Amino acid sequence: MEHTLTTQPHTGDRPRPAKNYLNAEKGIWSWMTTVDHKRIGVMYLVGVLSAFFVGGIFALIVRLTLLTPSHKLFGKVLITAQTYNRVFTLHGAIMVFLFIIPSVPAALGNFVMPLMLGAKDVAFPRLNLASFYLWVLGAVMAVCSMIFGAVDTGWTFYTPYSTTTDGAVTLMTMAVFVLGFSSIFTGINFVATVHKLRAPGIGWFDMPLFVWGIYSTAIIQVLATPVLGITLALLALERVFSIGIFDPKLGGDPVLFQHFFWFYSHPAVYIMILPGMAIISELIPTFSRKTMFGYRAVAYSSVSLALLSFIVWGHHLFVAGQSQLANVIFSALTFLVAIPSGVKMFNWLGTMYKGNISLETPMMYAISFLLLFAIGGLTGIFLGTLSTDVHLTDTYFVVAHFHYVMMGGTVIAFIGGLHYWWPKMTGRMYKEFWGQVGAVIVFIGFNMTFLTQFFLGSQGMPRRYYNYLDQYQPLHAFSTVGSWVLGLGLFLTAANLLASLRKPYDAPDNPWGGTTLEWQTSSPPITHNFEDQPVLEKAPYDYRPEPVAH
Amino acid sequence: MSTDQIIQHEETDADHEPHSSGVYVKTLIALLILTAITVGASYIDFGAGNVVIALFIATIKATIVALFFMHLRYDKPVNAVIACAGFLFLGIFLMFCFIDFGSRDGLRPVNWNGKMPVETAAPAPAPGAAAPANK
Amino acid sequence: MSTTSVDIHQPHGHPDDPHHQHHFATMEQQFDTSKIGMWLFLATEVLLFGGLFVGFGLMQARYPQEFVEAHEHLQRPLGALNTVVLLVSSFTMVMGVLSAQRNDKKKLVLFLILTIICAGIFLTVKYFEYSHKFEEHLLPPRWYHAQPGDTVKDPYTGQISHGYGTFFAFYFMMTGLHGFHILVGMILLAWIAVRAHRGEFSKEYYTPVDLIGLYWHLVDLIWIYLFPLYYLIK
Repeated sequence: MEHTLTTQPHTGDRPRPAKNYLNAEKGIWSWMTTVDHKRIGVMYLVGVLSAFFVGGIFALIVRLTLLTPSHKLFGKVLITAQTYNRVFTLHGAIMVFLFIIPSVPAALGNFVMPLMLGAKDVAFPRLNLASFYLWVLGAVMAVCSMIFGAVDTGWTFYTPYSTTTDGAVTLMTMAVFVLGFSSIFTGINFVATVHKLRAPGIGWFDMPLFVWGIYSTAIIQVLATPVLGITLALLALERVFSIGIFDPKLGGDPVLFQHFFWFYSHPAVYIMILPGMAIISELIPTFSRKTMFGYRAVAYSSVSLALLSFIVWGHHLFVAGQSQLANVIFSALTFLVAIPSGVKMFNWLGTMYKGNISLETPMMYAISFLLLFAIGGLTGIFLGTLSTDVHLTDTYFVVAHFHYVMMGGTVIAFIGGLHYWWPKMTGRMYKEFWGQVGAVIVFIGFNMTFLTQFFLGSQGMPRRYYNYLDQYQPLHAFSTVGSWVLGLGLFLTAANLLASLRKPYDAPDNPWGGTTLEWQTSSPPITHNFEDQPVLEKAPYDYRPEPVAH
Repeated sequence: MSTDQIIQHEETDADHEPHSSGVYVKTLIALLILTAITVGASYIDFGAGNVVIALFIATIKATIVALFFMHLRYDKPVNAVIACAGFLFLGIFLMFCFIDFGSRDGLRPVNWNGKMPVETAAPAPAPGAAAPANK
Repeated sequence: MSTTSVDIHQPHGHPDDPHHQHHFATMEQQFDTSKIGMWLFLATEVLLFGGLFVGFGLMQARYPQEFVEAHEHLQRPLGALNTVVLLVSSFTMVMGVLSAQRNDKKKLVLFLILTIICAGIFLTVKYFEYSHKFEEHLLPPRWYHAQPGDTVKDPYTGQISHGYGTFFAFYFMMTGLHGFHILVGMILLAWIAVRAHRGEFSKEYYTPVDLIGLYWHLVDLIWIYLFPLYYLIK
């Protein structure tokens, strides 16, 4: 293992170029009209992190409201039940559509994937920019719907409530429609990029696993998102013209809406988690200094997760009035998802086994991910089992489960990836100590907040309820305190990262000794990514020492 | 290898892609004939077979359009794979929705006897007959 | 698929062809990439319409008699006419692509204009069909008025079944979405017709003609399914 240093190519052995993608052109206009995938990735990053901040504030409000059954703080009722419904809806809609779905693919994927492929840009740079502006338009529409009456349907917009309630539901669905097209454009771009823009020597099985994950995600984005578009268009028409497709009073079927919605939204769960897994597949070999164990198995498991995600959506409809036959089929198929997930899990552990593990901040997030995703994934099996799900449906158990997968999985991986590629994106190193402290606090706060909710849910606390019985108060209070710890950890992490921006460029080209191509260019990269067309000489994750020439 | 390969590739393209309008004229004629057949068949009563015949002919027509007008026959296979994937996942969507809708037993009341509840309930507006489904 | 296509090293910018974007090694790679992108987009279109097809199929299974009776209210000859018009437009479109491949600017513009005319005929016919339906109140359930020949009653209310209106709800959404695609297609065709007239296309570079051709054929392909499903069910 003492040979590892020799496998770090280009670590500061070249002078830093004076012009990079950040300072080559100046002014706000050069950013707004850029077609450089790196700049678009950075703009996406700023956007999704702002959405994360807003959604996080709403989450803290939700938790604060539930601190006591009377919802009072210092003798005053914090928010009314009506407002509470709006707040949790906005939390869900913002986090899902504005933050998590674009977070890893559109922000980090945009920046890193072409670099990993040794390409100069994504396949369709202008489409990439269009996708970003659609995201901005969708975000503006979502904000407008908040101002003009808000939405209280939950992020799932279930009929018949969503077609009868007041508020700006139509505007919100149109916002999500637009965001869907933003996501489709990203997906089209990435599939075409992976197919056609790989550098010489990079075959399909020479691609880093991050690219495999993003590629699988892009397939889902292309094939599932259009159905969301048509579903929301129908919902809007139902609200405006009462066309009666989902309205049983007019001969329609509300369960049809749930089929339509989850045909997108279940694969969308994999749009969220696959990129998270993809990041972990980068972090673990890099910080274990070891070849990826079972590279092909992990690559195939990404694609098979993407395909499986399309045939399990009915497990969201177990108590919605779906037929028993369909319930049984969907429940059985749901268990299949455990196979590729397990393959990934064991391969990550196999990679770490006897590796030379260094616990830098990204690796701490990767280990957090392994622990949290294991809990999130295994509780998913409870929920996929028909008989237990009937009892656990719409309780805090479900809330805890998907927060373990979405936040404990994707968001933790996203923050880990952000730390990992931060030196490449900004050219600056953050303070390692504070990064690690942040990671620990986030991990503790997360478990305080959401582990509690498994107990709440199994005791029967329904989700989305404003009122609750006094007996749940201790657990609710503990969860609320946990949300403050979590908030503190995230705040510390954000402060640490932002503080590094004040420094001059100080990051080496390859601070972690990574083997993928993005570490071969300078930090931050030049506008066209590489001085010369890079050629892949070694397979990714090849940490074997260089053969010594005799 | 690069330049040679590309030049060679252009040659193979030139071999395959139709450079005369003959293929397209034939394609159009075939499509028009199929349209005439499908319209004609709709005037004959095959029972449930009508929908099957109509969709079968439509699929033939769609395949012809995809193969010749959209050049899939001459194109790189990846494009055909993408096109098939679209229809494949649509098929998955359709299949599972039909499994649900086809096996639901709650669309009508379980004991619905084929008569109109309104008609059966009408002659007996007695206080106890509030719910015909309870019978 | 498994081959990598970036083979030629070239410096930034390609003075040889103004259409050549810097991040592609060759024009051929650029063309293939555009095509993959377009086919991916077409796959999303298939699934966008697909949602409506699935809904239509499910509702037809629920209201079989109503759907058969409702389809009698459509004008089958007009549907057949529109089918022929669209098939011919697909032919003129592919002839346009062929003309571009042959460097025949005049014919390219001509065929593009013919395609636009066909699209115009289609939309005009559609306009007459729509206005007929509005006059007869052949509309979604809330506004549907019972027609002579409608026999099915709702078993619980004794009113005319909602299935008739549901048929027209799907009719308007699917043909409406399709018509919207025709309209967008006309705009795109007009745009490339202008560019073709300016002589921007040649046999080396005709990507936009090819891609919009693909789009146009897909719109035709969807109509190939819409026509029998709505006008010919028995």
